[in-house]
Amino acid sequence: MTNILIALVLILLVATLVQILRVSELLSELKKQDVNEVTDKDNATQGKILLIVGVLFLGSVVWQFVNWIPLMLPPASSEHGAVIDSLMQFTMVLIIFVFFVTHPILFWYGYKYNKNKKNPVAFFYPHNNKLEVIWTVVPTIVLTAVILYGLSAWDSITNADTSDSQVIELYAKQFDWTARYAGEDNTLGFSNYKLVKGPNQLGVDLTDEFSQDDVVVREVHLAVNKPVLLKMHSRDVIHSAFLPHFRVQMNCVPGMTTQFAFTPTQTTAEMKAQEGEDFEFVLLCNKICGAAHYNMQMKFVVETEEEYNAWMASQKTVKNTLTKK
Amino acid sequence: MSDHHKETFISKYVFSLDHKMIAKQFLITGMFMGIIGMLMSIMFRLQLSNPGESFAVLEWFLGSKWAPGGILDPNMYLSLVTMHGTILVFWVLTAGLTGTFANFLIPLQIGARDMASGFMNMLSYWFFFAATIILLCSLFVETGPASAGWTIYPPLSALPQAIPGSGLGQDLWLVSIALFIVSSLLGGLNYIVTILNLRTKGMSMSRLPLTMWAILITAILGVLSFPVLLAAALLLIFDRSFGTSFYLSDIIIGGEALHHTGGSPVLFEHLFWFLGHPEVYIILLPSLGIVSEVMSVNTRKPIFGYKAMVGAMLAIAFLSFIVWGHHMFITGMDPFLGSVFTFTTLLIAIPSAVKVFNYLATLWKGSIRFTPAMLFTIGFVSTFITGGLTGLILGDSALDINVHDTYFVVGHFHIVMGLSAIYGMFSGVYHWFPKMYGRMMNKKLGYLHFWVTFIAAYGVFFPMHFLGLAGLPRRYYTNSAFPMFDNLTDINSIITFFAIVGGLVQLVFVFNFFYSIFKGTKASENPWESNTLEWTTPVERIHGNWPGEIPTVHRWPYDYSKPGADKDFVMQTEPLKEGKTEH
Ligand code: HEM
Ligand SMILES: [Cu+2]
Ligand SMILES: [Cu+2]
Repeated sequence: MTNILIALVLILLVATLVQILRVSELLSELKKQDVNEVTDKDNATQGKILLIVGVLFLGSVVWQFVNWIPLMLPPASSEHGAVIDSLMQFTMVLIIFVFFVTHPILFWYGYKYNKNKKNPVAFFYPHNNKLEVIWTVVPTIVLTAVILYGLSAWDSITNADTSDSQVIELYAKQFDWTARYAGEDNTLGFSNYKLVKGPNQLGVDLTDEFSQDDVVVREVHLAVNKPVLLKMHSRDVIHSAFLPHFRVQMNCVPGMTTQFAFTPTQTTAEMKAQEGEDFEFVLLCNKICGAAHYNMQMKFVVETEEEYNAWMASQKTVKNTLTKK
Repeated sequence: MSDHHKETFISKYVFSLDHKMIAKQFLITGMFMGIIGMLMSIMFRLQLSNPGESFAVLEWFLGSKWAPGGILDPNMYLSLVTMHGTILVFWVLTAGLTGTFANFLIPLQIGARDMASGFMNMLSYWFFFAATIILLCSLFVETGPASAGWTIYPPLSALPQAIPGSGLGQDLWLVSIALFIVSSLLGGLNYIVTILNLRTKGMSMSRLPLTMWAILITAILGVLSFPVLLAAALLLIFDRSFGTSFYLSDIIIGGEALHHTGGSPVLFEHLFWFLGHPEVYIILLPSLGIVSEVMSVNTRKPIFGYKAMVGAMLAIAFLSFIVWGHHMFITGMDPFLGSVFTFTTLLIAIPSAVKVFNYLATLWKGSIRFTPAMLFTIGFVSTFITGGLTGLILGDSALDINVHDTYFVVGHFHIVMGLSAIYGMFSGVYHWFPKMYGRMMNKKLGYLHFWVTFIAAYGVFFPMHFLGLAGLPRRYYTNSAFPMFDNLTDINSIITFFAIVGGLVQLVFVFNFFYSIFKGTKASENPWESNTLEWTTPVERIHGNWPGEIPTVHRWPYDYSKPGADKDFVMQTEPLKEGKTEH
């Protein structure tokens, strides 16, 4: 039934088009003029449409900003995230400014300079070296500023001192996450994919001394304002650990270790008070990894130091779970 | 060309050596693939705005295996996204766009009888054709077409256990792309040689129309970068079929530990993007050329800053080889390298800005004739600005951390690469249709096509930036698995609505195209009163292009509204007046 309907609609559409064309051709025959020649009247009409659509377009952009900004991510909940947010604001202001300067010029020129009796010939103006130098130099200066600001932010994020960060491993596989805390010695025990067996899903080397105090969990808890260093691993395909609220993202690649350091600045409880009861920090997978890519998640909880310590104390170490028996 | 054999149907329309026919073959194949790619995007848009809902059309197109009860299967979702990207990037905007306009315009605009090697040119099309058939076959294999994204990152693309599309579907994809690359190299070498060697008397490089410059630079980019993709694809084939470990290491999949060690998926990313980034300029540059030409003709003004335009294209092309790392800021690459790539990437904004200002200056005090082709050039400038600006965010490594691989990227590249290039392509088709088929395309339908496309396309892609800023990753089958995205349903519905409108209006274009081939009003030799050489050829379009001698060129192509001339255009074949200098 639907198929027939679709076919009917299509046939009707084509038929209408043919009719429109026929009518316009007949009309033009009466007027003894080629239908497809672009007339002064067309120029005037299209110029007007350009102006109207242009204004509507710019209006809709404003509308989208006003209505949808509240749906965007809340301000960053991490130290370096605040740096990213200000860089983002700076860049946004700049590009919105350029957008709202160039577009009106484009639409206005299109409207103003259409060919008609009053504007029959164009102004022959092949080049102007001075102008061209100006609009090469000005963007260059602006971009130098953008580049310098961007690079200093990047440097501060990627070269952060991690000597007293707590080390946590994020381990990705199709289609879930596991985390391993480095424990009291703050050193992750050796692991290898060949050692994955039974309950030892991360392939931790159980004979390694550093492994014994590691803690394997399916939900990450962090203490607020305490720096962490995430070390990423994958066992099958590339995944990407994405924590949008903290402005953290790093790929998890089989065969190598990647890392990202950050410091959470807000607890889950604070965020719930601000964003609503159902707020949670989540880890998403952000690199296409298979059928359930869209649902590969893990909860992150940020809490006070005491809450965190209590939670940690209740977790079992590798020694108590895997090595035993 | 006296040594002509009698033309048969086969030699004229199928295995043709005539560059004009080969161009049309590329164009029509590209349009056909474009319709398929667009249909795919509408199918997955339906799923994104109405997750889990049943649509009879989906089952109708995909069958009950991939859309049981009209609900799209997640693996098929990824296949559709992959094939959509592959088709639009390579088939429509690389082969469809360059194949059409390089073939059609090079001999006509430089004053040559045909391409340097007509035979290579024909081979180029038929390799492309074979690639097309194989790609289309892959849509019907049991385990589904390739589904690791158009970027086919291994291990996902290397392991059939990881996703069904990485079985036979991915094999066919790789074979198809290998043939595609051969086609593109045959074509590219031919374009370069022809432009450099077969220019008619007087056609110095500084008198080349900007379309020719753009195509020359595009071809050079292609010849330098496509072989790297071919190498990457071959190594992937080895890893998949012969047990090598170029890209694979330390993998457990389906409960089984694989033997591969020592390989690196990141190596593939480097190889892929070494092509991948120049590729986006391979897509964009021909449109920059077309737009410059069409805008000059229809503003009746010389293009502003011809030399700067050429220089900007050269600068963009050069820089495009040293920015590929901006796709890899968060792969664990050395942060210092990230800084270098941020620096080179943001530099591209300078020549891009110059181009935009030059376009605006070309419009200033013009006498604009709004043909449909002209409207599309305005659309192009608009999308080039919008998409270029969001590039400042993505190119800045610190900012990319949080928008990488989100819908912000999808919004950005569709606008700056997808829309700009497509607008350039439409502009070119409307503009050169009279030369291709000796008839005019219908003006009113052209207007309708432009306005609805312009509005719908922004309606689809502008809101995507907001999805990305809300943190929504791309290549997600649905965003309903995360409560944090629940408030984005309105945006998603708006996008799907405009996608359907935008898709439907392309049918108006297709209709106009085929209607006009047969029924359009007859065109004159030079309907747009344009200066370039192609408009000195007869309407009949003969093999060899000019019935008599090839004309000699005496001036640059942009003498529009030149003071002292008796008409508002002076063709390139017209000698300079006594004592007058060029420009
Ligand atoms: C009707 C018009 C179009 C619509 C509605 C559309 C929509 C989309 C959407 C929503 C995605 C992202 C899907 C996801 O990440 O889950 C996508 C991906 C993509 N599109 Fe389009 N698109 C359209 C036209 C184009 C054009 C003209 C191009 C040409 C450059 C293009 C190239 C791509 C590419 C390269 C991808 C990435 C594929 C991948 O992730 O592997 N699309 N499209
Ligand atoms: Cu994943
Ligand atoms: Cu790039």
